Amino acid sequence: MNELIVDASLDKLDEVLEFVEGAMGALPPKACMQLNIAVEEIFVNIASYAYAPEKGSVRIRAEEAPDGTIVVFLDGGVPYNPLEHRDPDITLPAEQREIGGLGLLMAKKMTDEITYRYENGMNILTVKKAAPDGGVK
Amino acid sequence: MTITQKTEANAIVLECEGRLDTTTAPELEAVLLPVFDTNPTVILDFKYLEYVSSAGLRVLLKGQKKAVAVGGSMTVRNVMDEIIEVFEMTGFIDVLTVERI
Repeated sequence: MNELIVDASLDKLDEVLEFVEGAMGALPPKACMQLNIAVEEIFVNIASYAYAPEKGSVRIRAEEAPDGTIVVFLDGGVPYNPLEHRDPDITLPAEQREIGGLGLLMAKKMTDEITYRYENGMNILTVKKAAPDGGVK
Repeated sequence: MTITQKTEANAIVLECEGRLDTTTAPELEAVLLPVFDTNPTVILDFKYLEYVSSAGLRVLLKGQKKAVAVGGSMTVRNVMDEIIEVFEMTGFIDVLTVERI
Protein backbone atom coordinates (compact mmCIF):
# COMPACT_ATOMS: atom_id res chain seq x y z
CA MET A 1 0.00 0.00 0.00
CA ASN A 2 1.37 3.38 -1.00
CA GLU A 3 1.07 6.35 1.31
CA LEU A 4 1.10 10.09 0.78
CA ILE A 5 1.20 12.70 3.52
CA VAL A 6 0.15 16.21 2.46
CA ASP A 7 -1.06 19.43 4.00
CA ALA A 8 -4.84 19.51 4.30
CA SER A 9 -4.94 22.36 1.81
CA LEU A 10 -6.89 22.82 -1.43
CA ASP A 11 -3.74 23.56 -3.42
CA LYS A 12 -2.63 19.96 -2.79
CA LEU A 13 -5.62 18.53 -4.66
CA ASP A 14 -3.77 17.81 -7.89
CA GLU A 15 -1.00 16.03 -6.00
CA VAL A 16 -3.57 13.89 -4.19
CA LEU A 17 -5.42 12.96 -7.39
CA GLU A 18 -2.18 12.08 -9.13
CA PHE A 19 -1.15 9.87 -6.23
CA VAL A 20 -4.45 7.99 -6.15
CA GLU A 21 -4.49 7.57 -9.93
CA GLY A 22 -1.33 5.50 -9.52
CA ALA A 23 -3.41 2.79 -7.81
CA MET A 24 -6.22 2.62 -10.34
CA GLY A 25 -4.62 0.17 -12.73
CA ALA A 26 -7.43 -2.39 -12.57
CA LEU A 27 -10.21 0.11 -13.15
CA PRO A 28 -11.70 1.09 -16.52
CA PRO A 29 -11.81 4.83 -17.41
CA LYS A 30 -15.33 5.49 -16.15
CA ALA A 31 -14.64 3.91 -12.75
CA CYS A 32 -11.38 5.91 -12.57
CA MET A 33 -13.28 9.14 -13.14
CA GLN A 34 -15.84 8.24 -10.49
CA LEU A 35 -13.20 7.37 -7.92
CA ASN A 36 -11.39 10.58 -8.87
CA ILE A 37 -14.53 12.56 -8.06
CA ALA A 38 -14.99 10.77 -4.73
CA VAL A 39 -11.35 11.44 -3.77
CA GLU A 40 -11.68 15.11 -4.73
CA GLU A 41 -14.87 15.54 -2.70
CA ILE A 42 -13.44 13.84 0.40
CA PHE A 43 -10.12 15.67 0.26
CA VAL A 44 -11.78 19.05 -0.32
CA ASN A 45 -14.03 18.39 2.66
CA ILE A 46 -11.07 17.56 4.90
CA ALA A 47 -9.08 20.54 3.60
CA SER A 48 -12.03 22.87 4.20
CA TYR A 49 -13.27 21.72 7.60
CA ALA A 50 -11.07 19.22 9.47
CA TYR A 51 -8.61 21.68 10.97
CA ALA A 52 -10.08 25.09 10.18
CA PRO A 53 -9.02 27.67 11.14
CA GLU A 54 -5.81 25.86 12.06
CA LYS A 55 -3.70 23.81 9.66
CA GLY A 56 -2.96 20.11 9.59
CA SER A 57 -2.09 17.22 7.38
CA VAL A 58 -3.83 14.27 5.77
CA ARG A 59 -2.43 10.81 5.30
CA ILE A 60 -3.74 9.04 2.23
CA ARG A 61 -3.23 5.38 1.46
CA ALA A 62 -4.06 3.85 -1.88
CA GLU A 63 -4.12 0.16 -2.57
CA GLU A 64 -4.74 -1.67 -5.78
CA ALA A 65 -6.65 -4.80 -4.78
CA PRO A 66 -7.40 -7.62 -7.22
CA ASP A 67 -11.06 -6.60 -7.36
CA GLY A 68 -10.71 -2.82 -7.31
CA THR A 69 -9.04 0.12 -5.61
CA ILE A 70 -9.13 1.10 -1.93
CA VAL A 71 -8.32 4.59 -0.69
CA VAL A 72 -7.99 5.50 2.99
CA PHE A 73 -7.97 9.06 4.37
CA LEU A 74 -6.62 9.70 7.86
CA ASP A 75 -6.75 13.10 9.52
CA GLY A 76 -6.32 14.31 13.08
CA GLY A 77 -8.88 17.07 12.80
CA VAL A 78 -12.21 17.50 14.54
CA PRO A 79 -14.06 14.17 14.78
CA TYR A 80 -16.54 14.04 11.92
CA ASN A 81 -18.46 11.15 10.46
CA PRO A 82 -19.50 12.18 6.95
CA LEU A 83 -21.80 9.18 6.69
CA GLU A 84 -24.06 10.73 9.33
CA HIS A 85 -24.44 13.85 7.23
CA ARG A 86 -27.97 14.20 5.87
CA ASP A 87 -28.05 14.00 2.09
CA PRO A 88 -29.36 17.10 0.32
CA ASP A 89 -32.75 16.97 -1.41
CA ILE A 90 -31.82 16.43 -5.04
CA THR A 91 -35.37 16.71 -6.31
CA LEU A 92 -35.84 20.43 -5.64
CA PRO A 93 -36.02 22.92 -8.54
CA ALA A 94 -32.95 25.08 -9.22
CA GLU A 95 -34.20 28.10 -7.30
CA GLN A 96 -34.53 26.09 -4.08
CA ARG A 97 -31.40 24.03 -4.41
CA GLU A 98 -28.74 24.25 -1.77
CA ILE A 99 -25.33 22.97 -2.57
CA GLY A 100 -24.16 21.92 0.90
CA GLY A 101 -23.58 18.21 1.27
CA LEU A 102 -23.58 17.58 -2.45
CA GLY A 103 -19.89 16.67 -2.48
CA LEU A 104 -20.31 13.96 0.14
CA LEU A 105 -23.38 12.63 -1.63
CA MET A 106 -21.29 12.31 -4.80
CA ALA A 107 -18.49 10.58 -2.88
CA LYS A 108 -20.99 8.01 -1.63
CA LYS A 109 -22.68 7.47 -4.98
CA MET A 110 -19.43 7.21 -6.90
CA THR A 111 -17.98 4.43 -4.74
CA ASP A 112 -19.06 0.91 -3.85
CA GLU A 113 -18.15 0.90 -0.16
CA ILE A 114 -17.48 3.72 2.26
CA THR A 115 -16.74 3.27 5.94
CA TYR A 116 -15.81 5.63 8.77
CA ARG A 117 -14.20 5.07 12.13
CA TYR A 118 -12.56 7.28 14.75
CA GLU A 119 -9.49 5.75 16.29
CA ASN A 120 -6.58 7.14 18.32
CA GLY A 121 -7.67 10.69 17.61
CA MET A 122 -7.88 10.12 13.89
CA ASN A 123 -10.79 10.26 11.44
CA ILE A 124 -10.35 7.23 9.20
CA LEU A 125 -12.47 7.15 6.06
CA THR A 126 -12.10 4.23 3.68
CA VAL A 127 -13.59 4.08 0.20
CA LYS A 128 -13.56 1.22 -2.24
CA LYS A 129 -14.21 1.31 -5.95
CA ALA A 130 -14.83 -2.16 -7.31
CA ALA A 131 -13.68 -3.13 -10.77
CA PRO A 132 -16.99 -3.76 -12.58
CA ASP A 133 -15.85 -7.04 -14.10
CA GLY A 134 -14.16 -8.34 -10.97
CA GLY A 135 -10.79 -6.91 -11.93
CA VAL A 136 -10.07 -8.64 -15.22
CA LYS A 137 -9.00 -6.05 -17.74
CA MET B 1 -9.47 24.14 -18.18
CA THR B 2 -9.69 25.99 -21.47
CA ILE B 3 -12.77 28.12 -22.16
CA THR B 4 -13.36 29.43 -25.69
CA GLN B 5 -16.10 31.97 -26.30
CA LYS B 6 -17.93 32.01 -29.63
CA THR B 7 -21.07 33.56 -31.07
CA GLU B 8 -23.59 31.29 -32.75
CA ALA B 9 -26.87 32.57 -34.22
CA ASN B 10 -28.31 34.54 -31.28
CA ALA B 11 -26.41 32.73 -28.56
CA ILE B 12 -23.06 32.96 -26.85
CA VAL B 13 -21.29 29.61 -26.79
CA LEU B 14 -18.67 28.76 -24.17
CA GLU B 15 -16.66 25.70 -25.18
CA CYS B 16 -15.16 24.07 -22.10
CA GLU B 17 -12.24 21.70 -22.41
CA GLY B 18 -10.60 19.63 -19.66
CA ARG B 19 -11.70 19.31 -16.04
CA LEU B 20 -14.35 21.26 -14.17
CA ASP B 21 -13.23 20.69 -10.58
CA THR B 22 -12.47 22.51 -7.34
CA THR B 23 -9.42 24.16 -8.91
CA THR B 24 -10.96 25.23 -12.22
CA ALA B 25 -14.61 25.95 -11.28
CA PRO B 26 -13.79 29.58 -10.33
CA GLU B 27 -12.41 30.11 -13.87
CA LEU B 28 -15.72 29.11 -15.44
CA GLU B 29 -17.71 31.14 -12.92
CA ALA B 30 -15.69 34.27 -13.73
CA VAL B 31 -16.49 33.90 -17.44
CA LEU B 32 -20.02 32.47 -17.29
CA LEU B 33 -21.89 34.81 -14.98
CA PRO B 34 -20.98 38.10 -16.71
CA VAL B 35 -21.89 36.64 -20.12
CA PHE B 36 -25.61 36.77 -19.25
CA ASP B 37 -25.37 40.56 -18.99
CA THR B 38 -24.20 40.70 -22.62
CA ASN B 39 -26.53 38.05 -24.06
CA PRO B 40 -29.06 36.09 -21.98
CA THR B 41 -28.95 33.07 -24.32
CA VAL B 42 -25.94 31.01 -23.32
CA ILE B 43 -24.80 27.59 -24.52
CA LEU B 44 -22.17 25.60 -22.66
CA ASP B 45 -20.51 23.15 -25.03
CA PHE B 46 -19.07 20.22 -23.04
CA LYS B 47 -17.84 18.17 -26.00
CA TYR B 48 -14.27 18.26 -24.68
CA LEU B 49 -15.11 18.35 -20.99
CA GLU B 50 -14.07 15.12 -19.29
CA TYR B 51 -14.81 15.63 -15.60
CA VAL B 52 -17.24 17.46 -13.31
CA SER B 53 -17.17 17.46 -9.50
CA SER B 54 -19.53 19.16 -7.04
CA ALA B 55 -17.58 22.42 -7.31
CA GLY B 56 -18.40 22.39 -11.03
CA LEU B 57 -22.06 21.61 -10.36
CA ARG B 58 -22.15 24.58 -8.00
CA VAL B 59 -21.10 26.91 -10.83
CA LEU B 60 -23.63 25.36 -13.22
CA LEU B 61 -26.35 25.93 -10.62
CA LYS B 62 -25.30 29.59 -10.26
CA GLY B 63 -25.42 29.94 -14.05
CA GLN B 64 -28.87 28.37 -14.22
CA LYS B 65 -30.16 30.68 -11.50
CA LYS B 66 -28.69 33.70 -13.28
CA ALA B 67 -30.29 32.61 -16.57
CA VAL B 68 -33.68 32.46 -14.87
CA ALA B 69 -33.09 35.79 -13.14
CA VAL B 70 -32.37 37.61 -16.42
CA GLY B 71 -35.14 35.82 -18.35
CA GLY B 72 -32.61 34.01 -20.51
CA SER B 73 -31.50 30.42 -20.90
CA MET B 74 -28.49 28.22 -20.31
CA THR B 75 -28.20 25.07 -22.40
CA VAL B 76 -25.53 22.46 -21.74
CA ARG B 77 -24.82 20.48 -24.89
CA ASN B 78 -22.62 17.66 -26.21
CA VAL B 79 -22.34 16.14 -22.76
CA MET B 80 -20.53 12.81 -22.60
CA ASP B 81 -22.24 9.83 -20.96
CA GLU B 82 -19.98 9.77 -17.89
CA ILE B 83 -20.94 13.35 -17.06
CA ILE B 84 -24.62 12.72 -17.84
CA GLU B 85 -24.40 10.03 -15.17
CA VAL B 86 -23.06 12.60 -12.68
CA PHE B 87 -26.01 14.88 -13.56
CA GLU B 88 -28.43 11.98 -13.04
CA MET B 89 -26.97 10.91 -9.69
CA THR B 90 -27.27 14.42 -8.30
CA GLY B 91 -30.64 15.32 -9.80
CA PHE B 92 -28.99 18.04 -11.90
CA ILE B 93 -30.40 16.41 -15.02
CA ASP B 94 -33.76 17.94 -14.02
CA VAL B 95 -32.33 21.32 -13.03
CA LEU B 96 -30.27 21.97 -16.15
CA THR B 97 -31.25 22.03 -19.80
CA VAL B 98 -29.06 19.25 -21.14
CA GLU B 99 -28.51 18.04 -24.68
CA ARG B 100 -26.56 14.81 -25.05
CA ILE B 101 -24.01 14.04 -27.71
